Amino acid sequence: MTQLAKSREALLALAIVVMTGLIALRFPDFVTPSNLVGTFNDTSPLIILALGEMVVILTKSIDLSVAANLALCGMVAAMMNEAGLPLPLIILAAIMLGAVVGAINGLLVWKLDIPSIVVTLGTMTITRGVIFLISGGAWINDHQMSELFKGFPRMSLIGLPVMSWIAIAVVVLLGVIVGRTALGRACFAVGGNPHAAVYTGIDVGRTQFLAFTLSGALAGLTGYLWIARYAVAYVDIANGFELDVVAACVIGGISIAGGIGSVSGAVLGALFFGIIKNALPVIGISPFWQMAISGTAILIAVAVNAREGRRAGRVILRTAETRS
Amino acid sequence: MSSVSAVSEHGAAPVLSLAGISKSFPGVRALHDVGLELYPGQVTALVGENGAGKSTIVKILTGIYQPDAGTIRVDGQETRFPSAAAASLAGVTAIHQETVLFDELTVAENIYLGHAPRTRWGLIDWRAMREGAKTLLERIGSDLDPEVRLRDLGIASKHLVAIARALSIDARVVIMDEPTAALSHKEIHELYALIERLKAEGKAILFISHKFDEIFRIADRWTVFRDGQLVGAGLMRDVREAQLVRMMVGRQVDQIFPQREPTAGPPVLTVAGYNHPTEFADISFTLHRGEILGFYGLVGAGRSEVMQALFGLTKPSKGACRIGDRVVVIRSTAEAIQNGIVYVPEDRGRQGAVKGLPIFQNITLPSLAKTSRRGFLRLAEEFKLARAYTERLDLRATSLDQDVGLLSGGNQQKVVIAKWLATRPRVIILDEPTKGIDIGSKAAVHDFMAELAAEGLAVIMVSSEIP
Amino acid sequence: MTSPTVVQRQIPDRLNSPLSRALRSWEALLVLVVIAIFIINSFASPYFLDPWNLSDATYNFTEVGMIAFPMAMLIIAGEIDLSVASIIALSSTAMGYAMAQGAPVPVLVLIGIAVGLACGAFNAMLVTRMGLPSIVVTIGTMSLFRGISYIILGDQAYTGYPASFAYFGQGYIWWVFTFELLLFVLLAGAFHVLLHRTSFGRMVYAIGNNPTAALFSGIRVARVKAILFLLTGVMSGVAAVCLTSRLGSTRPSIALGWELQAVTMVVLGGTNILGGSGTIPGVVLAALVMGLVTFGFGLLNVPGIVMSIFIGLLLIGVIALPRLWSRLQARRS
Repeated sequence: MTQLAKSREALLALAIVVMTGLIALRFPDFVTPSNLVGTFNDTSPLIILALGEMVVILTKSIDLSVAANLALCGMVAAMMNEAGLPLPLIILAAIMLGAVVGAINGLLVWKLDIPSIVVTLGTMTITRGVIFLISGGAWINDHQMSELFKGFPRMSLIGLPVMSWIAIAVVVLLGVIVGRTALGRACFAVGGNPHAAVYTGIDVGRTQFLAFTLSGALAGLTGYLWIARYAVAYVDIANGFELDVVAACVIGGISIAGGIGSVSGAVLGALFFGIIKNALPVIGISPFWQMAISGTAILIAVAVNAREGRRAGRVILRTAETRS
Repeated sequence: MSSVSAVSEHGAAPVLSLAGISKSFPGVRALHDVGLELYPGQVTALVGENGAGKSTIVKILTGIYQPDAGTIRVDGQETRFPSAAAASLAGVTAIHQETVLFDELTVAENIYLGHAPRTRWGLIDWRAMREGAKTLLERIGSDLDPEVRLRDLGIASKHLVAIARALSIDARVVIMDEPTAALSHKEIHELYALIERLKAEGKAILFISHKFDEIFRIADRWTVFRDGQLVGAGLMRDVREAQLVRMMVGRQVDQIFPQREPTAGPPVLTVAGYNHPTEFADISFTLHRGEILGFYGLVGAGRSEVMQALFGLTKPSKGACRIGDRVVVIRSTAEAIQNGIVYVPEDRGRQGAVKGLPIFQNITLPSLAKTSRRGFLRLAEEFKLARAYTERLDLRATSLDQDVGLLSGGNQQKVVIAKWLATRPRVIILDEPTKGIDIGSKAAVHDFMAELAAEGLAVIMVSSEIP
Repeated sequence: MTSPTVVQRQIPDRLNSPLSRALRSWEALLVLVVIAIFIINSFASPYFLDPWNLSDATYNFTEVGMIAFPMAMLIIAGEIDLSVASIIALSSTAMGYAMAQGAPVPVLVLIGIAVGLACGAFNAMLVTRMGLPSIVVTIGTMSLFRGISYIILGDQAYTGYPASFAYFGQGYIWWVFTFELLLFVLLAGAFHVLLHRTSFGRMVYAIGNNPTAALFSGIRVARVKAILFLLTGVMSGVAAVCLTSRLGSTRPSIALGWELQAVTMVVLGGTNILGGSGTIPGVVLAALVMGLVTFGFGLLNVPGIVMSIFIGLLLIGVIALPRLWSRLQARRS
């Protein structure tokens, strides 16, 4: 709620508006309401995942397994659908499964103190392998999915697809969790100063565990939405998407060192990314450019964040008052 | 020795009492059968050398460590602090550098983190939190804005926030662990006033400090630990400084500073007109061979920054530096060392010793060019060099291959000094070499400085304590 | 209790001899694991002990191993480079492009290594000049480098490398010994000397244990780290030459996921992921373990993706098990 955070998010919002405006100058079709709705809808999975990732990054960790987790939960959802189970149960199961995978990450970080990057790099590959094991490497295609399963996220509700509404609901939910609950504030404390957090009676490992579980649950939810939306499930779905998620967070001003970030930042970061992605085909650039663009965006955002951090801190090397 | 009285002179019972507390870590007995009593409305000073067990007792009191044996009583009721939250719930809170420092959070949230007021939906009530923070801050006579982020505040204001936090959890026991360490003179006096106010509110205060003037000014009672054991406890008015010192070190320390004849030789280091955009301005001095130059100043006065500029860590915007009669520009620590300037930093753990590396490798680190041949290591040379200087400093270690991190603080400092002497410097800068170390070791450091100067080394000593 | 000693005491150089230390090391355990896997494999499959099969098996670790050596040094110094596999992709793409323009083999090799060097220099600049955290920087460049390959190649591929280019990845020095194996052994020796026998290596350890104190000891920390990123880039370029030569083609998805394999190899070799400790012999042994297990799985017809489960479990297990073990020990005492 401070000036700096406000100005940073305002700056990002302004950048998004200017970028959209520039695209609109050449390609007015890009800003038609239906296209904007489409863009937002396409960005919904990224928004949901970025919010989960944000909570993890706030606690000084990183979750590189979100995309693989998404693919696993999506595959399981599609298989449950094939088995004829009711949709609410499927969605619930996807969320629960995602939470379990997240909790495994969290437990390894909490109970064994293993750096999160190692844990999630490992679970990322293990999860992909597990998808192969349960699916036998087979694809689940459009015609193997029930109409309701595929149609639910695309159903229109007051001008927006259900998937978009779910994303909006997640934004509100995360806003409440991060801003108004003890867990949310604990995430900031844990990432900002783990030593002090212990003295304040906050369990650092437990907070990280809950953050990973939350991130996993959101990945599970996105897993169902993704599979249903694109009407296909296979081992390599959303491969490499974890990098886009981290990129969205970094662009949104969430410090990789932990303790700094906001829900609006994560959402704006994801939107920034989503608009670029959707604009590429409109302005006639091959989708093969996407990977390089996300890499560049990460690098620029990290450089900008670091510069800002340096300006706020003192430039001179100062001997910290640490106690021996 | 004084005995520990169970009842204070007013007949009031202690709020918190520890008895028979022991705590061991692998290879170290940190505390053995110690007791401590804290009375409402009184300040108890806890004194002892480094390694006496002060920080261990603080960690036991705040629920970070669990004692191996012994009892904790609150209001005479036996209890346990299995977690930091439990200690906090029992009304014990600690104030030191690490307690309440969430730079990215606001003052209000730093005060209320962990026990924030809730709305009836169970959500954090930000407005109540702000108002509560404002009231608490006013109670301790501060007009800090609860909305400000902590990183925009100075250390003194952070202390205020920590104290407000102590009030917010309705603490009955407040532990202050070297609270004046980084404060200016004025701020220290404001802190004294606050402590008086806390006393008036009936809080029991445990005050940990190395500075006797402070202790005699604000404490009502004293407790001395030595080597993890209770040496004595009693009322301040019954004790004199010399007695406390004797109990702390276990022997008589008459003189901290040795007398010496000044025998200054030709100039070694001349600094002219050193300037820095924000930290210091127009610094000039000349240092002679065999001279000890004292740099006195409080924290934040820019003294460490000047030294770090000499050592190539920061760049002066203006000014010149001469070694002997040669003008030199020092752009990096490597160049400073080449020019014979070395720096024993204030923050030994972070900037001095490389924990995880063995002693001999720490010592040869800046001298690798000498001990190696064409970039290839020669271990025999390294051991030879390390042996020469560690023996001179009377280092206590099991072998030269021992991890520096396993040594005590004083011995780590010896390794850092040995590392620099091995480079055969012309100027050695000691930044607060006696900070946080007890009187016994202080005397040893001062002796050693004199010895170095007598051998022709030029010494700069930075300190905030006037001898 | 502690009366001041007047006598000058001799502090011994070492308490444990280097030999007794080596016998109780992580590396000694890895040697046993290698032997065990070797024995199990030779019983599990009759094809295992065939010299030509074993020779083929070395390809399972030689290329990743080449990147694992400098990666180990980077991780010991407290940094990491997750962009190595993407450097291979970009470097291979550059070679393919040059090949399509008709460049001769020596030029191809030079280009492959030069692109690796340039990528390493880019990482080095971002990390050491701008002071950015290497994890994020190399996640970014991981995306950027491979992204450039995708821009150049899209869903196409470069094929038709000259026959003589195939030597680096398919050639034999003598009998069953491949060029790559020889290169791997030479590089292992070179990195062993660099890390364990030179003052540069000592600086790497010092930086990994305490970068601030290393700086305060006159070590040019940024320069050392920059050299490590350059080395990692160059070795990625060398690996790109070998891999491209072996496959005979370049696709943008080449070496996908290798950064994980390299990091796993380093960690399995006993390197602390948080920096400060680790050895080159450990990495060599870890390379053997991973290579032999992969080979064994291959003989048993286990698909590649299932192997990745194993690698993931290995990565976590290798860090988790010692910690679990020491925790159990602590509880018992």
